[in-house]
Amino acid sequence: MTEEQAALMPANPKMTARDVKVFYGTNQAIKGVSIDVDMDNVTAFIGPSGCGKSTFLRTLNRMNDTVASARVEGTITLDGEDIYASSMDVVQLRARVGMVFQKPNPFPKSIYENVAYGPRIHGLAGSKADLDVIVEKSLRRAGLWDEVKDRLSDSGTALSGGQQQRLCIGRAIAVEPEVILMDEPCSALDPIATAKIEELIHELRGRYAIVIVTHNMQQAARVSQRTAFFHLGELVEYGVTSEIFTNPRQERTKDYITGRYG
Amino acid sequence: MAEHTIKAFDEEIETLRGLIAEMGGRAEAAIEKAMTALQRQDLELAAQVIAEDKRIDVIEAEVEKLVVQIIALRAPMANDLRDVIAALKIVGVVERIGDYAKNIAKRVPKVVGNNRTLEPISLLPSMAQVASEMVHDALNAFAARDADLAVAVVERDSVVDDFYNSVFRTLVTYMVENPKTVSECAHLLFVAKNIERIGDHATNVAEMVFYAATGETLPDRDRGGQSRED
Repeated sequence: MTEEQAALMPANPKMTARDVKVFYGTNQAIKGVSIDVDMDNVTAFIGPSGCGKSTFLRTLNRMNDTVASARVEGTITLDGEDIYASSMDVVQLRARVGMVFQKPNPFPKSIYENVAYGPRIHGLAGSKADLDVIVEKSLRRAGLWDEVKDRLSDSGTALSGGQQQRLCIGRAIAVEPEVILMDEPCSALDPIATAKIEELIHELRGRYAIVIVTHNMQQAARVSQRTAFFHLGELVEYGVTSEIFTNPRQERTKDYITGRYG
Repeated sequence: MAEHTIKAFDEEIETLRGLIAEMGGRAEAAIEKAMTALQRQDLELAAQVIAEDKRIDVIEAEVEKLVVQIIALRAPMANDLRDVIAALKIVGVVERIGDYAKNIAKRVPKVVGNNRTLEPISLLPSMAQVASEMVHDALNAFAARDADLAVAVVERDSVVDDFYNSVFRTLVTYMVENPKTVSECAHLLFVAKNIERIGDHATNVAEMVFYAATGETLPDRDRGGQSRED
């Protein structure tokens, strides 16, 4: 990382990545990315399809471990601890670094069970009453409580798309993560449901380090304070969102965000 | 610059830039015609300047409408955003420049019919020439996205200010010595003030061009060159 790049990184990083490379077999998807993300800012990853932004996001909680051909090089830390170290418990890691996916994927269980499942298996609740508290608190934070409090035993899959996505965010929150990764969380939602998720992201900022991958540049501009532009597996530019969208430093960033990308 | 994937966006930006080029050309011509009318005491030409100012106002309204449309429909970013914001601000300023030229033209009937040659008037055409060139260069800088040319315009503002101070002193002296010319001289003083304001506005346009081209704002310049008699 050059001094100039280092100066653009946030001051108190929650997670750091240094010279991260990802290979799928012989194909190199990420070509040496170094970036820090922090608690105070929502960080958006933008870039054209195939630029590696989702692949990189998945390295942050070792989701690529499940892809047999994937190989990760470089160093990624969470609070200074190497998450790829052999001593790292991957299940614990994914509780600390939660993830929300493109398509809402609630378990085919009740709304209550969707949220209660994680805390129960991680032993976060000593009693049914504790669990009730966690479920209510998580659903409140996810902005869904008022809509579902009278039908917690209904199936999670019976909710609307936007509600399902908020349920998934509530489910991620329930295990008290430190980082929440969101991979295109609104691309399957209508504009109203999208606005609710964006408002939720705004409310969750500061409590968790939030990293969001989005194809929608307007969304990146609306929800994030820092934006990283990926292209062909490289991190082209990373900086304050308002700067990136009004005065990007790199020609490739400018061409992409102004709609001149070839 | 590479084209937008959406071609209609490029066409709108081109239309916008075309309108601003036309507006700038008209403002520049208005300054020159108004000064010619003043020197030749040509009432017909003066009336023409006043009538033609309407087209400048129309273009301003067209640009405003187009900018709102582009922002609403295209959500411009980065240099595109700076371009349309600069365009919106520039047309407001150029419209004012047109008004100053019109104001000069309106004073032509007030100074005609007087056979005394007013010596101070000899400085005004050169002063107007500099101001008009500043307008010309500021708008060329916008068309070419040329930050260096914009800086050159800003630096020339002090020339117009110096002219103004010189004209002011000359007119005051002239009025003291020839009290019967006070009325004409007062009108000429307003003409000089109008030209001085045109220079200031051309400078504002240049500052916006610099911002649109670079994304940076020009450091606050020394405004000591401004006329002391303000």
